[in-house]
Amino acid sequence: MPKRELPEINAGSMADIAFLLLIFFLVTTTIQTDSGLSVLLPPYVEEPPPPEKKNKRNVFSVQINGNNDLLVRGQKCFDVLTIKDKAITFITNRGADPNSSDSPQKAIISILNDNGTSYETYVAVYNQLKAAYNTLWEDESMSKYGRSYKDLSKEERKNVRKEFPMIISEAEPSDLLKS
Amino acid sequence: MSKFKKKGKKGAPGITTASLPDIVFMLLFFFMVVTKMRDSEMKVKIQVPAATELQKLEKKSLVSHVFIGSPIPKYAAVMGSAPRIQLNDQFADASQIPFFIANEIEKLSNPKLRRAMTCAMRVDKEVKMGIVTEVKTELRKVNFRKVSYLASDAGELE
Repeated sequence: MPKRELPEINAGSMADIAFLLLIFFLVTTTIQTDSGLSVLLPPYVEEPPPPEKKNKRNVFSVQINGNNDLLVRGQKCFDVLTIKDKAITFITNRGADPNSSDSPQKAIISILNDNGTSYETYVAVYNQLKAAYNTLWEDESMSKYGRSYKDLSKEERKNVRKEFPMIISEAEPSDLLKS
Repeated sequence: MSKFKKKGKKGAPGITTASLPDIVFMLLFFFMVVTKMRDSEMKVKIQVPAATELQKLEKKSLVSHVFIGSPIPKYAAVMGSAPRIQLNDQFADASQIPFFIANEIEKLSNPKLRRAMTCAMRVDKEVKMGIVTEVKTELRKVNFRKVSYLASDAGELE
């Protein structure tokens, strides 16, 4: 009797099994990339410094009360999305309007929020202000270097930022609606 | 001779698929290694606000997470429904932030990276600023000033 050979195990379905596992992992796991608004908080001081005597024209103040109403430079603002344009006009004023900033370097953004302000509104306002500066930086780098701000070197970015320094000061929040 | 030839005409040999599993397994292992499942259990309900000017947080090891939101129903009976802070796996108070930060710094392999550390604040959009400000003040007290307000991309909405 001739020696019978062992039948080979069919490995063809192995690929299917592996694919199944692969797809399972692809679906269940999410490569979580957290993204958010980066902020550098001011250093902590025991006593809040006396309010600096800044020329009022150089301060772009945004106040948010406990009902999430906005007050931009003393005027009621009904749409958060308008802040970006308002800020850009304010920063790039360069002394033209006596009520707006002298120069981009002197322009200061000040945010005052209430303890009852919702986080969503706060982030929306912050986002608008950041958007204003990002737009300015982008324009500046385009006109100065002919390249997008993203593609600039560290040194070049610094130069651009020096032209439009982002100074956002946050006052200690008020507590008007104490619950 | 003809005896053997009859067995069938010779076609192109089929491509062997025996190595396909190896390739797929390689992909599988790659994804298993690269992806990381969420490590801390969420005890608070968080829906982050939307924003457009987002910056990605690179280097996961340099990011410490602070969660703020209302406790999920499972814990609502004990903790109430007011927004709470969650650090790692536990509910916490704003006063525990310095301890938490000190712990996070200790975990660093290289102390030089201390300056590159970021605190990612994952805060529910309904939360009032009061509790957020408390956390911010505590962070400032320990001179941990790099903060990121996590948000979802509003780009698709526009």
